[in-house]
Amino acid sequence: MQNGASDVLNQFRQGDVDAFEALFRQHQRAVYGWILRITRDSPAAEELTVETFWRIHRAHARFDPAQGFEGWARRIATRAALDWLRTIRTRRMESEISLEVCAEAAAPAAADPAVTAEIRRKTALAFGRLPPKLRIASTLAVVEELPQKEVAAALGISIAAVKLRVFRALRLLRKDLERQGIRP
Amino acid sequence: MNTHDQDHQQTRMKKLLHEALPPVKDDAEPGRDLWPDVLRRLVADTASSGWAWLNGAWFDGALLAGLVGLVAIFPSAIPVFLYYL
Repeated sequence: MQNGASDVLNQFRQGDVDAFEALFRQHQRAVYGWILRITRDSPAAEELTVETFWRIHRAHARFDPAQGFEGWARRIATRAALDWLRTIRTRRMESEISLEVCAEAAAPAAADPAVTAEIRRKTALAFGRLPPKLRIASTLAVVEELPQKEVAAALGISIAAVKLRVFRALRLLRKDLERQGIRP
Repeated sequence: MNTHDQDHQQTRMKKLLHEALPPVKDDAEPGRDLWPDVLRRLVADTASSGWAWLNGAWFDGALLAGLVGLVAIFPSAIPVFLYYL
């Protein structure tokens, strides 16, 4: 079994399309889920999954089978999602709409009655205004509560840098909310 | 603001963020098979890179033909070309 998986990785590295399809079938759900966590937008996550696998195929010769496929794919997916966040940041309205949907979806699960739907909505919108690098780090580390080591590996930065980005993101978010008259 | 206050505010902000943005479910999966889209992208990429090669070859051919024409009209320019090679 291990040899079979290793064969597929080696064949993929040589540009074999069947091996690439096998890897796609095996990892597309994980890649899609990862991108969805960052973008929080299903249609965009589908598009970016396609983009990610296209980038993966284009870089097949640089793939190192010893490093494993999943982590490599996750790094490429994170970069694709970061590019997308940079693009939509310039078209802020779209981002706000998708985050607004998220905020509304969160409403029934809200645990603290003091946090009103309006505060949740404003928080989600302020979150959408964060610089993309800070937004990704805080989405993965705070919202999704993923281990900082995992977040650091996906972003290609140190754990200390993840902590710093989260710290800066939360500080910017607090200042943004305070400007709107909300004291978290 | 001291470290304790900062920690407290960070904790409150994390809690608020959690309330505003729910974590994505672990079982999330795409609504359709994305392989045809990936394949289409690969085919388009291969086709465009094929054309790029053709464009390059066309340009090289035109450049060579121009050079040969120039040398045929002005044979005295041959040493100049050789000098710059």
